[in-house]
Amino acid sequence: MAPAAPPTPALSLRDVVALSGRFPLLAGVDLEVGTGEVVLVEGPNGAGKTSLLRVAAGLVPVTSGRLTVLGLDPERYRTAVRRRVGMLAHASHLYDDLNVRENVRFAVRAAGADPGRIGPACERLGLTGRLLRTSAAKLSAGQRRRVALAVLVARAPDLWLLDEPHAGLDASARTLLDELIGEAVATGATVVVASHEPELLEPLADRSVTVSGGRVTGERSIRSPVADVPVPVRAVGSAAPASGPPVERVGSAEPAAGPPEGVGSAAPAAGPPEGVGSAEPAAGPPVERVAHVA
Amino acid sequence: MWRDAALVAGKDLRIEARSKVALSQVAPFGVVALGLFAFALGPDRAPMVSGAPGLFWVAVLFSTVLAIQRSVSVESADGARDGLRLSGLDPAGLFLGKALAVAAQLVVLELVLTVGVVLLYGAAVKTVWLIAVACLLGTVGLAAAGTLYGALSAGIRVRETLLPFLLLPVVTPILLAGTRIWQAGLAGGTPSDATPWLHLLLAFDAVYLAVGVVVYGPIQEAT
Repeated sequence: MAPAAPPTPALSLRDVVALSGRFPLLAGVDLEVGTGEVVLVEGPNGAGKTSLLRVAAGLVPVTSGRLTVLGLDPERYRTAVRRRVGMLAHASHLYDDLNVRENVRFAVRAAGADPGRIGPACERLGLTGRLLRTSAAKLSAGQRRRVALAVLVARAPDLWLLDEPHAGLDASARTLLDELIGEAVATGATVVVASHEPELLEPLADRSVTVSGGRVTGERSIRSPVADVPVPVRAVGSAAPASGPPVERVGSAEPAAGPPEGVGSAAPAAGPPEGVGSAEPAAGPPVERVAHVA
Repeated sequence: MWRDAALVAGKDLRIEARSKVALSQVAPFGVVALGLFAFALGPDRAPMVSGAPGLFWVAVLFSTVLAIQRSVSVESADGARDGLRLSGLDPAGLFLGKALAVAAQLVVLELVLTVGVVLLYGAAVKTVWLIAVACLLGTVGLAAAGTLYGALSAGIRVRETLLPFLLLPVVTPILLAGTRIWQAGLAGGTPSDATPWLHLLLAFDAVYLAVGVVVYGPIQEAT
């Protein structure tokens, strides 16, 4: 009997380069996220965390490298992929002239999700009574965030991409968000979350990856006893295959080309000290990624 | 595609119903433009009546620019355009929905301006159906071309000035054909007088609707 094929990762980036004009947003990212996994993306301002999520959502095209989302090529199957991916971004994607209920209803129906989930989702996020009839223009930043979360919950996507999800939320909403993430994972969803406040998300995460200068520069396991590992980083535009040996600048503090703010900063990335920021090249073959399935 | 078009058109019209930008700003702008033309032509009725068809369509074109800019700006606030892209809406449906909402607003605007032309210029509409068909076909073309060029300018910081520069030359055939059909309509002309111009409007509409359905998605992804 043939051995079972390995499960398709929910998100796979192989040497992915993404540009904004000539400005590098991602400079050769390798990342694999297993189905049902919660991965925390850490890094300083301008490191490429948001860009990583936007590329995964298909909002920024891949210039080179290979990206698959839920086992599909997002360029080729754009609509199918986007309907299964939900993103909580810095912006709430709300229309100021529509009220809360109308905003949620439009977003959910546009995504082809079940409108029957709108009511329970709004209720869960505390969007009830008069608040439902309040125009989005009159909402506070935290309330707008709640509406965006309600859309996400009602859509129930297979892949959740959360960018600084705790920003603007009060303590109770933060707790609720953590519960929602846990529930989403329990139903088989995958979560990739970028945050400046890793301590808030570590209890939920299986793994943490550090992004700096548009590259993944380190990763560590949170829920398993496997030791933290530095990630071999290839030069931008390297033709070396993803599975090949590390080429150079492992954990280098050398600034990446381009971004004036944060990206390419010589400052060490936030997060795990091991490996990241070290000038010492990694010895031997690339370390196999730790992938957990919750 | 049609479901998505109806969804997007409904959303845009609901936003217009709440904000009343077309009713309180775009339509009055068109009426003011008609009034200014009347002042420029002087008190004699004859030049106003003979110039009425062209002035009507110039006022419609200028007002269309405002309506399209509003349609684009609705999607620019709070990352709404990213939200639309992330939702996985059919780009063709999105294009048709946006164009449909603009067209609905333009129909109301043209009704207001037609009344303005009759009252301000003293023009008498003799062949009503010809005027109505010209407005309908012109509206479809303006909404389709405007939505397309609106999407092209959407990601650009100077879109407010770029959009009229891009759009107005492109819709010249509508100005030309609309004016000729209106002239026939005001003079009580027969359909044969306007046939070539009706064909021009039909061709314009078909081309821009087809191009919009095909390229709106790639434009959205690129801008």
